[in-house]
Amino acid sequence: MSEPSLLEVRTRPRLPADARGRGLRGARARTAKETTIGGILFAAGAVSILTTVGIIVVLVWESVAFFQRVSIVEFLTGTTWTPLFVPQHFGVLPLLGGSVLVAVVAALIAIPLGLGSAIYLSEFAPSRLRDWLKPVLEILAGVPSVVYGYFALTFVTPILQVIVPGLDMFNALSAGIVVGIMVLPLIASLSEDAMNAVPSELRDGAYALGSTKFEVATKVVTPAALSGIVASFILAISRAIGETMAVVLAAGMTPNLTLDPRESIQTLTAYIVQVSLGDTPFGSIEYQSIFAVGLLLFTVTLVMNIFGLWFLRRYREEYA
Amino acid sequence: MSGKRHYLEAPPELIARRRRGKVFQGLCLAATLVGVVTLVVLLADILVDGVKWLSPTFFTEFPSRLPARAGIKSALYGTVWLMGLVALISFPLGVAAAVWLEEYARKGWLQTAIQTNIANLAGVPSIVYGILGLAIFVRWMFAITGGRSVISGALTISLLVLPILIIAGQEAIRAVPRSIREASYGLGATKWQTVRHHVLPNAMPGILTGTILALSRAIGETAPLIMIGALTFIAFVPDSPRDQFTVLSIQVYNWASRPQDDFRGLAAAAIIVLLVLLLSMNALAIWLRNRYRKEW
Repeated sequence: MSEPSLLEVRTRPRLPADARGRGLRGARARTAKETTIGGILFAAGAVSILTTVGIIVVLVWESVAFFQRVSIVEFLTGTTWTPLFVPQHFGVLPLLGGSVLVAVVAALIAIPLGLGSAIYLSEFAPSRLRDWLKPVLEILAGVPSVVYGYFALTFVTPILQVIVPGLDMFNALSAGIVVGIMVLPLIASLSEDAMNAVPSELRDGAYALGSTKFEVATKVVTPAALSGIVASFILAISRAIGETMAVVLAAGMTPNLTLDPRESIQTLTAYIVQVSLGDTPFGSIEYQSIFAVGLLLFTVTLVMNIFGLWFLRRYREEYA
Repeated sequence: MSGKRHYLEAPPELIARRRRGKVFQGLCLAATLVGVVTLVVLLADILVDGVKWLSPTFFTEFPSRLPARAGIKSALYGTVWLMGLVALISFPLGVAAAVWLEEYARKGWLQTAIQTNIANLAGVPSIVYGILGLAIFVRWMFAITGGRSVISGALTISLLVLPILIIAGQEAIRAVPRSIREASYGLGATKWQTVRHHVLPNAMPGILTGTILALSRAIGETAPLIMIGALTFIAFVPDSPRDQFTVLSIQVYNWASRPQDDFRGLAAAAIIVLLVLLLSMNALAIWLRNRYRKEW
């Protein structure tokens, strides 16, 4: 047995040519496959970016065409909205006012009830009751908007007409009430999450100082969870402004700049539905107007959502 | 003796504070019950209005001007078509996006941008998706989609539910413990092999639950479909994705918006069908979640 030479030791043993080739090709193929798959997965993630870009481009594109025919100042400050008959006026304030009116009524319903529910679920409810109440609220949130519209029209409005004098068949009050019920679970669940995130040390500290359960809930937990609670209010109001079918069915189709919730009004969303129900030719000014109204709706809700999400992040960072 | 009793009694001020607490707790309970009672009243109202219209012919007839002969056949077929296509489109896209965000994306501006964007998209009003669908799928891609067709509706609704699906998918993937991945890598698996054979199978119940919940949101969507022109009066069933269609929720809107009581009854009956579908999907999702819940 001869000693292997230094040269031979340093050189790695040569594999048969075909095996070596296959090994390398296999590794390269595997890398290529991994890269391709990574690319495909990224493309799926990018669809969400494309959606946002698509929404903005489509809204801005047609709105630009619209604003070449109607001045932006008239659109944003005008108080008459009569696009479907002559003389046409495109002052969006009645629609914006209608949306705000419905959202205010909804907020007056949803904020106290939602916050009360959140405090009850987070601080008072026995766990078995809680396990039973939370799915009920989830179902309430899952009922389609068109069903709430039916409920408002056939149940809430007839009852309100007995109580409230001078109530129109279609009115902002009834629509606002059901929209409030719709967004209540959102406030309840987001606020409850925020309250649950408050560290128990804070509660224990307050109890140790002699606080009652009520005082802990209102003077310690609620202030500590405030940014999450505010976030839930903002997101709920944004949802109420974007709400469509319930207001289409219950609030009517009358552009009307008013503060009186007993009257029939039209919201931004309801106008868009009204135009698309009719036979409006592509490219007409009525067709373009839904994009301008849509752009306004998108901007208002987006700004509110960005604020809301920012508040949410704040409390999550605080108690992470 | 009496001195000792006095010592044990709570001071009147504390009693008052406790009483205030009880009142407050009662108010909070009442607030919670408003939601519960409303749900019960809503369901009862719809059952009372609609149950007498639920006959076998209600399911086998097309809409009609005569309430007694009107049915939801076209709406039912349209809903099934739409849900099927939405599931086919949104499920792979949603799962892929969730996998990318959780397993592939490096922490950085791109991942943050997409994540923030998804959170914001989830809050965009559904009617805005309808405007997008009208401009892109109905008009711009007319040659492919055939205009106001099932596929245009399905694409629109898919974009609408995608954020919900992605967020649910991410949560399910995040719940798979790190050790599973490390064991797989330790045995020499590549990233995709790890995801494909270990992460996804373990996350699948959670992903499916999220998908079903997203679809139960989709089944009630009305406004975006009105935008893209799902018709309210259709006396045929779609044969291909490029056919015109209607769905249950639009049929509900159409009947509810008529003043006659008979049509309102039909609307209530269609709502019963819609809610039965929706609640069964929710029940299935909850069952899946509990059946396959894992404690790591």
